[in-house]
Amino acid sequence: MADASIGLWTVPLAVLGGAIRVSTPFLFVSLGECITERSGRINLGLEGTLVMGAMSAYGISYLSGSPWLGVFAAGITGALLGALHAGICSLPRVNDVAVGIALMLFGTGLAFYLGKPLIEPTAPRLPAIDFGWWSDIPQVRAALRVNVLFLIGVALAPILYWAFRTTRWGLLIRTAGESADAARAMGHSVLLIRLRATMAGGFLAGIGGSFLSLFYPGSWNEGLSSGQGITAVALVIFARWDPLLCLWASLAFGGAAALGPALQSVGVTSGYHLFNAAPYILTLAIMIITCSPKRTLTGAPAELSITR
Amino acid sequence: MTTEAADSTETVGAVAPAAGPDFLQRHGGTIEYVLIPGAALAGALIVFGIFVAMFGKNPLDLYFYMYYGAFGTWFSWQNTLTRAAPLILTALCTALPAQLGMVIIGGEGALLIGALSATSAALALQGMPPLVVQIAMVFAGVIGGGLWIMLSGGLRQYRGVNETISSLLLVYIALAILNHLVEGAMRDPASLNKPSTREIGAANMIGSIPGTDVHWGLVFGLIAAIAAYILIYHTVFGFAARVAGGNVRAAKIVGLGVSKLILTICFLAGGAAGLAGMIEVAAVQGRTNANLAAGYGFTGILVAFLARQNPLAIVPVAILLGGISASGGLLQRRLGLPDASVLVLQGIIFVFVLASDALYGRIGFLKGKS
Repeated sequence: MADASIGLWTVPLAVLGGAIRVSTPFLFVSLGECITERSGRINLGLEGTLVMGAMSAYGISYLSGSPWLGVFAAGITGALLGALHAGICSLPRVNDVAVGIALMLFGTGLAFYLGKPLIEPTAPRLPAIDFGWWSDIPQVRAALRVNVLFLIGVALAPILYWAFRTTRWGLLIRTAGESADAARAMGHSVLLIRLRATMAGGFLAGIGGSFLSLFYPGSWNEGLSSGQGITAVALVIFARWDPLLCLWASLAFGGAAALGPALQSVGVTSGYHLFNAAPYILTLAIMIITCSPKRTLTGAPAELSITR
Repeated sequence: MTTEAADSTETVGAVAPAAGPDFLQRHGGTIEYVLIPGAALAGALIVFGIFVAMFGKNPLDLYFYMYYGAFGTWFSWQNTLTRAAPLILTALCTALPAQLGMVIIGGEGALLIGALSATSAALALQGMPPLVVQIAMVFAGVIGGGLWIMLSGGLRQYRGVNETISSLLLVYIALAILNHLVEGAMRDPASLNKPSTREIGAANMIGSIPGTDVHWGLVFGLIAAIAAYILIYHTVFGFAARVAGGNVRAAKIVGLGVSKLILTICFLAGGAAGLAGMIEVAAVQGRTNANLAAGYGFTGILVAFLARQNPLAIVPVAILLGGISASGGLLQRRLGLPDASVLVLQGIIFVFVLASDALYGRIGFLKGKS
């Protein structure tokens, strides 16, 4: 990929391309988690959902020949895992954080088990739209090959922002998240609201997984996701449960994650592993800067156990 | 387990025990602690059997090979115990902070940092008597791992950063540091295909318990578990920790130093996982490389939850889970199951164990009605 003619410009270009490409799973998982957490429950199992989504998307795309069917299957798988999470959490005295950890292990294990036969074959991948047609430089064209899922995610962020503010469903989710008693007093079942919110969150996280296996990196293997799911959960806290901020944060994280491969492509290989850890270090640094022991975070749903 | 623990479940259960046989009154809670996780485990095994049957394997074969591969022969027992050793220690990494109400899931990171520090200590002290090197490795492993988890605890206490997420992020950062050093500054030029550090030297390995192939790490684990139990249930420090875990405000009102408690407990927790890393280096691998990230830290979380965060209960649970992972190889060879089947089973067990939390205080005959 390294081309002498544009030299070091490769790095910012690759970071830009990465911000678009790598950010998509972050974006979907964080928007999904945003819905779930706004309803007053945290699902740490989205890491497992992401991997299961990637596996089922690849499998269905391979079997049916249609990558879009794969994306849909990934969403359904994610919603089912979300339903499992919500179902267990609705039992009395069950801790949602612990259930999330369990589903993280379960989802990854199940995906590795079922995905064993999928490592070899090649499945049809999602198409990309070429926004770089005007340029002759291959790196620019590569950076601007944008997947439709990314555009859907970008559109989804303001839609969710609007929905939380104005629609009946958005208000119900927020009520359940701010005060379960208030929701109950209005005659709504908090458990049902949270079940739906967790399933919706799982659906989006599953789609985020399908992007991993069907577009970038674009294959199925067991090292496909290493913590993107959990980083995205942390990202929601940093984004203050605001879908629009989730979008910007995802782009920043995508760029950070692309830094390692970008530097490697221009011959900087010494700190490769450390640059690859950039998203995790960035997440931790941002959490250290933005959190405070004195007050709960602004915008935090009051019912959320993790910000207590 | 003590009657004190039993009493506390009954109050937590919110259902006052009805009049009944004195034995059940006194020990109903303790029986619950064995019966409910046992039932959860059985339920998980049944579901896993059904899962495997869907792929055309005979579940009875599955159970037989699992038993045989875990506890069927002296060889499999040794394999099981060897795997149980790091699990006891990584489970303590979750169970100790749990006394304070913290959910730490970063044992894998502390294990890696502990292994790296222990290896560095051994390589720095080459030529010294083996006992000196080994003691230095223990200290280095414990301090390295301890500081790693103390970082999560400190961030929680001083910056309000959620410890579950920070400890998990630190796992990935630890792995990156390990890979960075192993492929760079600490790389043995002779390790071509699998980048590794230099060997710590055969003389410095801690070896096996006489008459077995089980390394001394198991003894380390047992001592750590017993020490943790005494610390939590039979010292003032442990009592203070449990008070703070129950109610932080109450602890502050009676003048307990909550920050000090959190930092100390997190250091000990990380130290246990760091010791596991040291053992994996000094008893199994002989050097540090990416092989160390074998998932002991993550299985340790499950062990801690299945043992209900009780340091003594961790020992049998770790042996059980060590057995399950020891039987993985046999399941692969005889039944053609993928190696991930152990992960699936662990996940199912975890889900069942958490769901079974809802049952405490609700089993009729334990309340003395039968």
